[in-house]
Amino acid sequence: MQKVTIVKSKAMPLPIKDVDTDLIIPAQFLTSISKDGYGANLFRRMRDNDANFPMNRKDFDGATILVTDSNFGCGSSREHAVWALTGAGFKVVIAKSFSDIFYNNSAKNALLLVVLPAAVVDQMLQSATSADYEVTVDLETQTVTLPDGSTHKFEYDQFRKHCMLNALDDIEYIRSHAADIQEFRERQEQNRYMSTRGA
Amino acid sequence: MSVAATKKSKSGSAPGRAASNVQAKPGSAGCQPASAKIARNIVEKIWDAHVVKQLEGHPCVFAIDLMLLHEVTSAQAFQLIESRNIHVFDPSRLLATIDHSTPTRQNRWEIYDEAARTQVETLRSNCKKHNIPFLDFDSGKQGIVHVVGPELGVTQPGMTIVCGDSHTSTHGAFGALAFGVGTSEVAHVMATGCLLQKKPQTMRVEFKGHFRKGVYAKDAILKLIGEIGVGGANGHVIEYVGEAVRAMSMEERMTVCNMSIECGARAGLIAPDETTFKYLKGRSHAPSADKWDAAIDYWSSFASDEKSTFDKSVTIDLDKLEPIVTWGTNPAQNVGLSEPIPKLETLEANERAVAVRALEYTKLKAEQTLEGTPVEWAFVGSCTNGRIEDLRIVANVLKGKKVSENVTMYVVPGSEAVMKKCHEEGLVDIFRAAGADFRMPGCSMCLAMNDDQVPPGKRCISSSNRNFVGRQGPDSITHLASPATVAASAIAGCIASPAEFL
Repeated sequence: MQKVTIVKSKAMPLPIKDVDTDLIIPAQFLTSISKDGYGANLFRRMRDNDANFPMNRKDFDGATILVTDSNFGCGSSREHAVWALTGAGFKVVIAKSFSDIFYNNSAKNALLLVVLPAAVVDQMLQSATSADYEVTVDLETQTVTLPDGSTHKFEYDQFRKHCMLNALDDIEYIRSHAADIQEFRERQEQNRYMSTRGA
Repeated sequence: MSVAATKKSKSGSAPGRAASNVQAKPGSAGCQPASAKIARNIVEKIWDAHVVKQLEGHPCVFAIDLMLLHEVTSAQAFQLIESRNIHVFDPSRLLATIDHSTPTRQNRWEIYDEAARTQVETLRSNCKKHNIPFLDFDSGKQGIVHVVGPELGVTQPGMTIVCGDSHTSTHGAFGALAFGVGTSEVAHVMATGCLLQKKPQTMRVEFKGHFRKGVYAKDAILKLIGEIGVGGANGHVIEYVGEAVRAMSMEERMTVCNMSIECGARAGLIAPDETTFKYLKGRSHAPSADKWDAAIDYWSSFASDEKSTFDKSVTIDLDKLEPIVTWGTNPAQNVGLSEPIPKLETLEANERAVAVRALEYTKLKAEQTLEGTPVEWAFVGSCTNGRIEDLRIVANVLKGKKVSENVTMYVVPGSEAVMKKCHEEGLVDIFRAAGADFRMPGCSMCLAMNDDQVPPGKRCISSSNRNFVGRQGPDSITHLASPATVAASAIAGCIASPAEFL
């Protein structure tokens, strides 16, 4: 996992509520066994059907911050949705809210999800259409700075923040509790009625 | 239809009426196991029983009892643990099958799409290498991952179950805490048997009253999703309660829990009871006779205490519920068959924008009713409604009738075991006599990862779980409904109520 620190970029607007994982990357593109290559089909349908979709506009080339509405990433648990966003170069998504599984998946792939108040997001969605709307997101200070100089604090889980800033993943943390895990499983054995052996 | 919400609804009593937006229960974000004296709901009990380690300010190290694997979301997880030279923690807590990208034609061993073939072969070889039980084609056990787990009896009350699939919530029907995870978390469970988790909030959904003729569990869950919206249960685990839930079969309970994710819930579950135990008894991986009584004692402890509380509460009255069909591009955009699609002016501004876009895609108009809308495709199957009981209902509707000549109907059993029963019970003859295409088991047209796709511009009435844009194939239009409504519509050639066919 890559370290996440300060991201400065023009913001690409996607003023749509409840953007689902099938819209982010349709199931037809999930047959790979790698984490790579999904960026090419990010938002495939919208790119194919709307010449003015921001990803089709040259002036949004290089944007690494996506701004969208509420409940972004709802639907499937496919981590491919996150890989499609990071594969297309996105490092931050700013929204009014996110779906749960998508939120968890993002944190494990150095994709920073930022929740800001609805009024701020609405303002950003309107202003960002011009493609010269440069936004700075700083995880360390948990702030988003807009072109008008205004700075907005966002909440972020401190444990996750530590992991994002230092490129740590969960496996080693969990494995550091190996003794606790072993003790738990021994204790749990008396109530274990399930084994998949022989299936 | 009343939706009530309370700040702290009690488990045993009906929730009072309040605003439909809900406030959080204070102090619910913590992770400490509650003492035995404090009344706990079922979610809290399962949670407490699986906390391995909780450090201040950190997420819980949370034990997972069973992880199900399929071909689409596992390959990268195997790569990750192998790249770090980590062994699979406990293969007897893992179970794999192939379902998403597999063909449903007779000869399934030959997968034409190279990437899909590689995906299936990769899972097959990974399971062999890591000693993970793998349910292959023609094993008699292969099927949709959320159909086969319960069939084998590995899905049991009080367990924690994950899978790289959002419809893992299906297993909640047995009183298990079951939820979808991404591929990174699949790797975490492979490596450690644990996940880092934050304690979820809880929501109580009561289904009151009784189903009318032609109305089913699918209609009840679609109604809930329509009432609270696609994000209405974000961050929450739902417990479904009420007389209607107690009267439901396990298949119906699975349909309800399955679609919990469609209102954003982390999971949905139902406390185990006699219906649960009866379903499990005698299954190949259910506890043996000598352990059965002890298992029942343990499982029965997973019930919400009478005075336990929930962060949110909703009540849905089933007495007047009619068959529900979706009109838009998310499962919350639904109406009863006699109701019109909402007037745009009655919707909130941002909901209106979503509705306008959805109606443009589904080629429908606000304020029209759905009954009579011509359909070209009908799909029965999926982890939502591909079980034997669903197919019996469909056969009952189709018996002695013909699918409209304008409609192509796919009936895809959820598993090889369901398929076998369909043959034994004579259902296959009914499907074929009616002109439906009875196919081999898998996810099929629910997400159209294989060749089973609704052609562009065509309209499909479907027993599946998502009507997202392009879900059943690029530019396809989906109407979600119960299996009975799908069958009735297939005969009529247009969206139709099942009541007259029963």
